[in-house]
Amino acid sequence: MLNYLTLIFVCQLIGELIAVATGWPIPGPVIGMALLFAGLLLRGGIADGLASVGDSLIGNLSLLFVPAGVGVMQHAKLIGSELLPISVALVVSTVLAVAVTGAFMAWLSARSKLAENETGGRD
Amino acid sequence: MRDMGQIWVYLSASPLLHLTLTLVVYQFSTMLYKRGRLSPLLNPVMLSIIAIVAILSLTDTRYETYFDGAQFVHFLLGPATVALAIPLYRQFDKVRRSAFAVLASIIAGSATATASAVGIAWLLGGSREALASLAPKSVTTPVAMGIAEQLGGPPSLTAVLVISTGILGAMLGPYVLNLLGITNMAARGLAMGTASHGIGTARAMQVNEVAGAFAGLAMGLNALATAVLLPLIWRLFN
Repeated sequence: MLNYLTLIFVCQLIGELIAVATGWPIPGPVIGMALLFAGLLLRGGIADGLASVGDSLIGNLSLLFVPAGVGVMQHAKLIGSELLPISVALVVSTVLAVAVTGAFMAWLSARSKLAENETGGRD
Repeated sequence: MRDMGQIWVYLSASPLLHLTLTLVVYQFSTMLYKRGRLSPLLNPVMLSIIAIVAILSLTDTRYETYFDGAQFVHFLLGPATVALAIPLYRQFDKVRRSAFAVLASIIAGSATATASAVGIAWLLGGSREALASLAPKSVTTPVAMGIAEQLGGPPSLTAVLVISTGILGAMLGPYVLNLLGITNMAARGLAMGTASHGIGTARAMQVNEVAGAFAGLAMGLNALATAVLLPLIWRLFN
């Protein structure tokens, strides 16, 4: 257990180091995710211990956003004074982003499936 | 025996109190969410934030004091992001087969999110600070804070807008997708991850592993694309 938790921390640490050293605008944890992913590809599988540590972290992903979200109390004033532009922008743009991404992906997937069928299927 | 006042002073100075508060409130919220058969409207992040803000206001506690305890939970966001490599690896075959569609959809969704948020806030008279904080709002918190800082938005305001976006996406996203008749799990996950980062990914993961993996992938790629492109585009407009 502990060794796989350490492995995850090491990936993040290397990711943070790469981010700082190169000055890339990509955050350390995202580079860490890419590193772990590359490791899994090389190894060709996920060890049981790693799966259980990872799944318990991801299983409680929503919890991890709560502390930063409570920070809303610090910005009540600015948000209150611009409530209309901020709230309309948030709601409309989020709904649009979900709709555009989902519709695009569904359309492209359906089209490629159709193309596969027409050529008698690949793979 | 010491009086209650002294006990409160002692407890509220220790990180244990607010760490425990966060965990207890979250578990209550999750219970409600499960009772409500995972209705998106009972999003546990939203319920927890409302309850904790109410408790802190009633006890006259400052956010900094709360965060001293809650930071231990906050810290795990990084490792959890790294761990998203695991579901991604499990679904890699599916992802690879639709690589072009995935990239095109994420870029379309990401551009839509930023352009519409900034455009609407600008039309309604939002301040420069608010616009700069809104621009990266669909991107996962740590990246968004970094981008907003480059654009001149206060990072902590960005964090709040990012989390609000996450909650809104997790609450409204499933209904929007149902309304559009999108049943393809890859498309549903991709939409949730692109529009509402980790909170959308958490929601997708609770419903379906394929959707969850695509959501995690979308979150990572959107962060990457926005971090590279947004500061460049922003410079063009200023």
